Amino acid sequence: MVETHTHVRTPAVQWRQYRRYLVSYGLLPCLLVMLFLLLGFYDERFWRVTNLINVMRNASYLMIISAGQMIVLIVGGFDLSVGGVAALTSVTMALAMVQLRNLIPDALTTVVVLGVLVGLITGFAIGFLNGFVVAILRVNPFMVTIGSMSVAYGVALYATAGVPVYGMPEVFSRNFANLQLFGLPVIVYLTIVILFAVWVAMGSTKLGRYIYAVGSNLHAASLSGVPTTVCIIVAYVASSLLASVTGVLLTARVGSGEANLAQTLMLESIAAAIIGGVSLRGGVGHVGSVALGALLLALVTNGLDIMHINSLFQPIVIGVVLVAAAGLDRIAPTVR
Amino acid sequence: MYERRLDRSRAHTTFSMPLDNQTTPLLGRTKLSVVEPVFQMNGIVKHFPGVHALKGVDLEVFKGEVHVLFGENGAGKSTLINIIAGTFPPDEGKIVFDGEAQSSMTAHRARELGVSAVFQEFSLAPDLTIEENLLLGREATRFGLLRKAKMREQVRAMLAELDFDLSPNTRVGVLTRAEQQMTEIAKALLGKVKLLILDEPTSSLTERETEKLFAIIAQLKHHGVGIIYVSHRLGEIKRIGDRLTVLRDGAKIGTVAVAKVDEEQLVEMMTGRAAEVLFPRIEHRPQEEVLRVRDLSTASGAVRGVDLYLRAGEVVGLAGLVGCGKSELARALFGLEVLEGGRISLFGRDLQTPPTPASMLASGVCYFPSDRVAEGLALVRPLRENVSMAALKLSNFSWHGLLRLAAERIISQEKIQQLQVRPADAERPVELLSGGNRQKVMLSRGIIRDVKVFLFDEPTVGIDVGAKVEIYRILAKLQQQGAAILVASSELPELLHLSSRVYVMNRGKISAELQGDDIREDVILSNFFDREGTTFPRRANAH
Repeated sequence: MVETHTHVRTPAVQWRQYRRYLVSYGLLPCLLVMLFLLLGFYDERFWRVTNLINVMRNASYLMIISAGQMIVLIVGGFDLSVGGVAALTSVTMALAMVQLRNLIPDALTTVVVLGVLVGLITGFAIGFLNGFVVAILRVNPFMVTIGSMSVAYGVALYATAGVPVYGMPEVFSRNFANLQLFGLPVIVYLTIVILFAVWVAMGSTKLGRYIYAVGSNLHAASLSGVPTTVCIIVAYVASSLLASVTGVLLTARVGSGEANLAQTLMLESIAAAIIGGVSLRGGVGHVGSVALGALLLALVTNGLDIMHINSLFQPIVIGVVLVAAAGLDRIAPTVR
Repeated sequence: MYERRLDRSRAHTTFSMPLDNQTTPLLGRTKLSVVEPVFQMNGIVKHFPGVHALKGVDLEVFKGEVHVLFGENGAGKSTLINIIAGTFPPDEGKIVFDGEAQSSMTAHRARELGVSAVFQEFSLAPDLTIEENLLLGREATRFGLLRKAKMREQVRAMLAELDFDLSPNTRVGVLTRAEQQMTEIAKALLGKVKLLILDEPTSSLTERETEKLFAIIAQLKHHGVGIIYVSHRLGEIKRIGDRLTVLRDGAKIGTVAVAKVDEEQLVEMMTGRAAEVLFPRIEHRPQEEVLRVRDLSTASGAVRGVDLYLRAGEVVGLAGLVGCGKSELARALFGLEVLEGGRISLFGRDLQTPPTPASMLASGVCYFPSDRVAEGLALVRPLRENVSMAALKLSNFSWHGLLRLAAERIISQEKIQQLQVRPADAERPVELLSGGNRQKVMLSRGIIRDVKVFLFDEPTVGIDVGAKVEIYRILAKLQQQGAAILVASSELPELLHLSSRVYVMNRGKISAELQGDDIREDVILSNFFDREGTTFPRRANAH
């Protein structure tokens, strides 16, 4: 029975907080270690360096896009357009690079930099539109982002007629994509930098604090003088930009601009965030746990590969994991 | 201007009465020698869909004054303070703050000007800690990063100064209502405050915390802060109020000096008529017992070991503070709360299974929620469907799963006319009705089928005086016809005049059962709080 009038530091409350920490910080690492050992015992090829690097690389894409998804979830929305943004980024960037290469064939590095910029601007624009419509016109984020997802995929398909865009400079598609530092792909370091930046921004800046406040209680935040509209727009822009970065990295990896890039990433990014303890009701979430959630999904996918399970089976597993994680999120209030 | 400095050393930070000034105001008796308004508003008009919430209200608050806003629920008090705090703009009217006309008031602008508000619905983010909530919107930063250590120090100093026993890194979501209220007050006092709005601040505080709050108010008055104080409690109004403005049905009735009016005058100003006119005469003729509850507890802990009974032909009141468990008790009887223990017997027979709304309706018990929008009505659907909603299972409304639409139309039209819902158009969406007429639509659910036990939660909240009179008449009529009626209400006059018996609740328990001449305001109020020595200490680690 709940003693409504005892002080907050009662054993019952302590236990509840302890259990909350267990769920958000303890359970996930345990699961990860178990999964590591399980996969290792199942097939020793799992321990091969190439496989482990492969897992890290795949986890990196997912971590970046999930970190963005997390920000939008914390502010109390969600972003279904991240996959579309990644695909459209891939296409616009590839097309831009091909065009620029014809114009300035001697300065390939400039071509790459400008191309990447074009891709990121695409992401920024979609994020801004998402945020604007959600924050100012107060349209349900589900409708807004599912619409912009359709538009993004549509534009990408229309612009390429469904055919991959080849002809990006090899500086990008080969040299950058395969660049390694101390034996690890450079994308791993990039991911660490991005995650650190998100961690600082969410935990140690005003804006981050405001985003938590808006997601936790929009009315309270606005009464406290928090610029709620700005917070919501920034969250969607951040999510879209990070999706765009993921699009850039995946394009480098694939070597061509693809309109059907990252079709599973939207679902997986939400799954990773929810597994990482981000609340669908907003206001709760830590980027570290989300990264672990992404790692977990990457491991599951890798495990299915190692077990030679048909890759068409993977969406089923991801779907089950997502619904299970969301179910846990519903039960969570009693745990918190 | 009163700038709160939080970095003062602890030695000087206790909230004692200031001694440096010979014109130190005594609590509640400030001489209005310096008549300088901090805030004025003129001709404020506000419409909401279907409601004319404010009809040209004027208000003026002096520096160092406690200005009480007085009126019934739905009189426009909360709309008014929300406009002052900038939550939403008025449709018409002029606002002058500190001598400066304000063209547009937003929450942000209001804060800049030094308007702080403590609403009944807290403006706290439950997922943030006390510290994060207190400093929300005024975080200290360096190089774009939060200065967490400095902020923690600020909050500690603040809480110590207010003598609030809260730990800064506790999540607000796990706090009790009283603790959230204290957090909210602390938050309102951070930064510069020129005008403080307190909306029923004592409704969830204990006597000790209330005393603390009054000491803080005295201190603020001394520093020239204007205070708008919304309260129903005549005792505390008399104690700390300077002037009082009465609102009724969105209009200002008058502003008077608190010292010059007595309680009867106030009630008459508030309701617009003498009590005899407002309330019907009810002759209580209690008959057989229909409902008995023994040792009832809910899993939420809101109701703890309650015994009560209800007889046919009587109106029984349920009084208590916000959060005392009276609403939850009514809900529990209708199966809307998870029960943890206890027995309920209905018409002399023990319920074998926990009640559910369907089973209770089938046995003739109907519950009327306080939040008719959230829990009572399908707003976009017509009156007809709302009236018949709880009766569709009965054979006169459906035949093997098919609705008898003609019968439904005729019967609901009949009930609508019987209860004088206006306009009496059965096909009109409920959202176009006023609060009083919405409640009548709810009531029609009780008369459309054979209901013997009526459970009301705040039956007249958000209803204007005219409609209240009608609702009371309907209650009286139901009671004359032999219904058993339980009314959980925060409006004491209502309970005083309608009930034959009153149960008072305090912290989930029945603290008193009053009958006959014992049903008096002072007796009820005295049972709202813990009495010295008779109850356990409020806090396990109180110092």
